[in-house]
Amino acid sequence: MAVIRDVMPDFKLVQPNSITGAQKVLEQQGENGWVLAGGMDSFDWLKDRIKKPKVVVDLSGIEELKGVRTTADGIEIGAMTTLTEVVQHPAIREKYKLLADSAELVASPQIRNQGTLGGNVSQDARCWYYRGGWPCYRAGGNICYADTPEGRNREHAILNADRCVAVNPSDSAPALIALDAKFVIRTSKGERVVDAEDYFIGPEIDITRLHILKPGDLLTTIRIPSTWAGAQFYFEKVRDRNVWDFPLLNVASAMVVSSGSIERLRIAVNGAAARPLRLKVVEDAVRGKPPNASTGEMAGKLAVQGAVPLQFNAYKIPLMRNLVKRAIGGVQEATWTS
Amino acid sequence: MTENDDAKMIEPPQSGLTRRDLIKGVILGGVAISSSSYLFRASTLAAQTSRGTGDRLLTINVNGQQRRADVMKQETLAWTLRHKLGLTGTKLGCDRAECGSCTVLIDGVPHYSCSVLTHTVRDKKVLTIEGLASPDGALHPVQQGVIDEQGFQCAFCMPGFIMAAVAFLKANPDPTRMELAQGLSGNLCRCQDYDKILTAMMRGAENMRSASRA
Repeated sequence: MAVIRDVMPDFKLVQPNSITGAQKVLEQQGENGWVLAGGMDSFDWLKDRIKKPKVVVDLSGIEELKGVRTTADGIEIGAMTTLTEVVQHPAIREKYKLLADSAELVASPQIRNQGTLGGNVSQDARCWYYRGGWPCYRAGGNICYADTPEGRNREHAILNADRCVAVNPSDSAPALIALDAKFVIRTSKGERVVDAEDYFIGPEIDITRLHILKPGDLLTTIRIPSTWAGAQFYFEKVRDRNVWDFPLLNVASAMVVSSGSIERLRIAVNGAAARPLRLKVVEDAVRGKPPNASTGEMAGKLAVQGAVPLQFNAYKIPLMRNLVKRAIGGVQEATWTS
Repeated sequence: MTENDDAKMIEPPQSGLTRRDLIKGVILGGVAISSSSYLFRASTLAAQTSRGTGDRLLTINVNGQQRRADVMKQETLAWTLRHKLGLTGTKLGCDRAECGSCTVLIDGVPHYSCSVLTHTVRDKKVLTIEGLASPDGALHPVQQGVIDEQGFQCAFCMPGFIMAAVAFLKANPDPTRMELAQGLSGNLCRCQDYDKILTAMMRGAENMRSASRA
């Protein structure tokens, strides 16, 4: 896709100052409406003329969607809170550092200054065939260009692929799953609260969306309960460049260890499938075992069971195995510094 | 905008005026004409009170001045700055939030102006490279650092780098070279001149510290 250096095609810009106002417009517009949060994902689509919404609803004027609040049981983060605010917030750094660690590794400083937490978990897939405007399954067509012998699929899925092999690119999503976060969604029928892991869907449920939001729905708040506050956290992101890049794979885990054995663990991996994967089988298998390399080894092998590589992404299987191992058994190797 | 297209097609004059001066002149003239045609509509515009009800004539605070411009709904801040306000110091590199050359400060925070809708900065303060020097012409300490160290090669990326550095150094006045590199990691230099850029920015940090002590 050639890069078009021109103003975006015309759209109607609506700038509501309440959730109710935004939702009303989005409901009226249905498929013609577009939710604009930070815009870091949206503008690519609009500038390249691949998505052509008639009405863009800018959420940046809605104060009730912004900020971090302490609640009786944990914290509440407005969906329009920027990633920089998430990284710097004292309560998040103190008790839920896993989220700050993941948000800090997103893209570049300027993007974190504008990109929002709600946008980071709701962003679309990065498969370049899809983003290049090819009429693939995800775009409503009936072919996958990445899953072919010649397809460039180094970044694509190793697990749970179903026709489409694109992966979810979010860094904060696995951290929120590991922290057992709840997502609050405003729909036309009222408020709905779902577990973080249930916010994301694979192609077997809907091949054109990475999350459960339907036209007219809004993600308003992310709640993090105190269940995992202050636990032992691990976040690691592997990418081609140290800035700007989406994860090839990432892992997020929260672990509570008592008297030398793992009392409980919550772990999720992203970049491996169309949705961030919570590794329940690993969580169950390591309970009561010491958090060391051999437990990690066992967990890593379990994690990649059933993985099917494409032509160019077989490296993701040992990578995922090792990330899970490091999350549980710790990092023995010398840390890399530049 | 058509006036800009016209501007680019005009032959440069033979003497005196540089191409840049000419283009900026024509842009400013175009703005004056296009804004004046809106003046008589002021009464209807004033009647529209809620945000985003369709008025295109905006007043935005750029470099401490209230600037009026006719802005399309889908227009980015980089476009407005360069083509409507004649502030061509802000560069457009990739237009996709991937290079950083369009970095400006919005309420003191660095943003890629290619990826901000102008209509979303109505109530905010925009600072571009043109607004960095003090009114008496004295350069900002970071700008001075760049000159002292001859920090850039082609310098297309320079305004973006300087704006990112100014904001970063305000929050972190005494960074290590590595910390500064992290802070400026949202800006790319296609000449791959990073080492010299960092040296210049470290000198800028030093200049800022001694300026604040003075």
